[in-house]
Amino acid sequence: MTRDLTALFDPRGIIVTGVSSHPGKFGFVALHNLLTAGYRGEIFAVGREAGEVLGRPVFGTIDDIPEGAADLLFICTPAAVNEQLLRAAAAKGVRAAFVAAGGYREAGTYGAAAEQSLLATAEELGILLAGPNGQGVISTPSAMCAQIVAPHAPRGNLSLVSQSGNIASAWLNLSNHTGVGVARSVSAGNAAQLGVIDYLEWFADDPQTKVSLAYIETVQDGRAAFERLRAISTRKPIVVVKGGASAAGARAAASHTGALASNDAIFDGMCRQAGVIRAPDPEQAFETAATLATQPLPRGNRVVVVTSAGGWGVAAVDAMARTVLDPIPLPGNLEAAIDELLPPRWSRSNPIDTVGAETRDTIPRILELVAGHRQVDAVLLLGMGILSNTAAMMRRGQFYPDHGLERIVNFRERQDARYARAAAEVAARTGTPVLVATELADTSPETPGPATMRAAGMMCHASAGRAIRSLDQIVRHARWRSARGT
Amino acid sequence: MAHACYTDAVSVTLSEAESRRLVAEHGVAVSPFVTGDSTSAILAAMNADESLYYPVVAKLCGRRIAHKSERGLVRLGINDQQSLRTHCDELLAAAEPADGDVKLLVTSMARGSRELIAGLHNDPQFGLLVMLGVGGVLAEAFGDVTFRLAPITETDAEEMIGDLSAQALLGEFRGEPALHRQALIDLLLALCEVGAAHREVVAVDLNPLILVDGRPLAVDALAEVTQ
Repeated sequence: MTRDLTALFDPRGIIVTGVSSHPGKFGFVALHNLLTAGYRGEIFAVGREAGEVLGRPVFGTIDDIPEGAADLLFICTPAAVNEQLLRAAAAKGVRAAFVAAGGYREAGTYGAAAEQSLLATAEELGILLAGPNGQGVISTPSAMCAQIVAPHAPRGNLSLVSQSGNIASAWLNLSNHTGVGVARSVSAGNAAQLGVIDYLEWFADDPQTKVSLAYIETVQDGRAAFERLRAISTRKPIVVVKGGASAAGARAAASHTGALASNDAIFDGMCRQAGVIRAPDPEQAFETAATLATQPLPRGNRVVVVTSAGGWGVAAVDAMARTVLDPIPLPGNLEAAIDELLPPRWSRSNPIDTVGAETRDTIPRILELVAGHRQVDAVLLLGMGILSNTAAMMRRGQFYPDHGLERIVNFRERQDARYARAAAEVAARTGTPVLVATELADTSPETPGPATMRAAGMMCHASAGRAIRSLDQIVRHARWRSARGT
Repeated sequence: MAHACYTDAVSVTLSEAESRRLVAEHGVAVSPFVTGDSTSAILAAMNADESLYYPVVAKLCGRRIAHKSERGLVRLGINDQQSLRTHCDELLAAAEPADGDVKLLVTSMARGSRELIAGLHNDPQFGLLVMLGVGGVLAEAFGDVTFRLAPITETDAEEMIGDLSAQALLGEFRGEPALHRQALIDLLLALCEVGAAHREVVAVDLNPLILVDGRPLAVDALAEVTQ
């Protein structure tokens, strides 16, 4: 049974407790972040000092807040007072609480008892309980950044949940860096009531979410978790990183099968069976999820590489060696069609090496032909950025803008932006994923190629190898789906 | 050998003969075998059973004998009745009082150079798991294994085969035909049925599972059950 988490992610109004004028305090930071992100609903600050903080009136008690104005209570106060706050908030119609405060299970036996008691109170009141000891919740459709840390994220259709706050932050940073936006983000904290899978189930129902990303350290009831994850996967893709995966199963086993059943091997099999995409680390998890969020799902494993220089293409094909991806021989009619666009010295094979002979619209036209071909399931575009990289050096040099440099620099920069737009448009039009990779995404993200991708919210991979790793995981997932008719 | 398992129930390993019967009952292909308490009983059983052919393997098995090979209780490549008689006498003489009830088990030698491993394992978190791997005595060293939660579908079984890294082993290999995938899928499904029909099963090992003309055949079986 999926829990309705609307009050947590799209609340009508928010009450923040523990607000003080000290900018180092969680209550201050949470209020600051909510205001800065431009939260659409009403915000009520509650604190001990009367007066104003960040231009907002501070209420001395929840009792003074109008009834029915807030759905979410964001708790930054110490454990000792929080159950009382839950009761006061429930009386005002609050339906969900995010407990950022620590001092619970993570703090030992006394804290564990406090957490049990907090949970019992929330359940008695019928209030959803997120956390405690979590860093917060983000929901871009509500322009809500209820977090005691940075960053906020651009709007998008990727939703994430983490058992570790700092991995949620890392993913939000990557969202800002790549431009691949987020719909919802939540740090599960101690997960007293709401666990990672509860959030994933709600994301599966959430029309704002296309793909979910999760960091999981512990699985409580493996069998039930498997059934739930499998049900979610048939509806929307989930990318998971398992923390602590290297810990061996510490059990004495008489059988070989038992001896081989490490936690990692079991979790891996569970993911494969449930259709969960398991990534080896948080960085690849983000890239795979970001690719899924911004590209159509490939129909098969046949890949064609388009590059404006040789070495990149060779490296890309090498990277496919240990994957399910197939760098197919170029179909004859595709070769004939490309012949019309390039001089005879082009590669005439996959990778399509345009040998630097492209003019204004050559690359967009080739992308259209390749992605539109019925024997091609995915396209990888390399070499974007080569033009504006040279242009950047000219722009910075002492001869700019004379000697005709201004005109050529502008042309080259426009070309890279054109390629980036073409990749996105062609993927949308043909239903074939068009991945783009250039090291400039990391080394010079401000240059027109990566910048255009970022502005469009499209993943620009920092290397062919990384694009291939994401595509490999996605093609495997597509196979899982098609084998089960979902 | 008994040891505490997570349920606090005590589990025991069945003898090879008992383990073979347990899995064969649900359709797992095991090499043809006969058992007997004495050399003469074995020879009589051999003569009566037309599915057995030389060369054969003779083993001493019993619930308390876990490491047959290490103790020299597995005799391979026996080509005729005369040497079978000798080996059976020697095996019976090698039994120790601590072994408890023992039996002779004779099975035809399977011809095939590729060995896999398959099994069941009852995990405290995930319940009954089914495993497939590259096997034989080197199974743990290779670590080329894959697990699923039982029961599995035919699609799951097919994907398990695809999970193995050593795919080259599964194609045509040294004059032997490619793996008969459906036969291996059927064996994995049959293993899950063993687990479903016998809730007392803690673990099953089919190791090795030799590919004979591409079809998997269990030439050893070990089942661990709660009492």
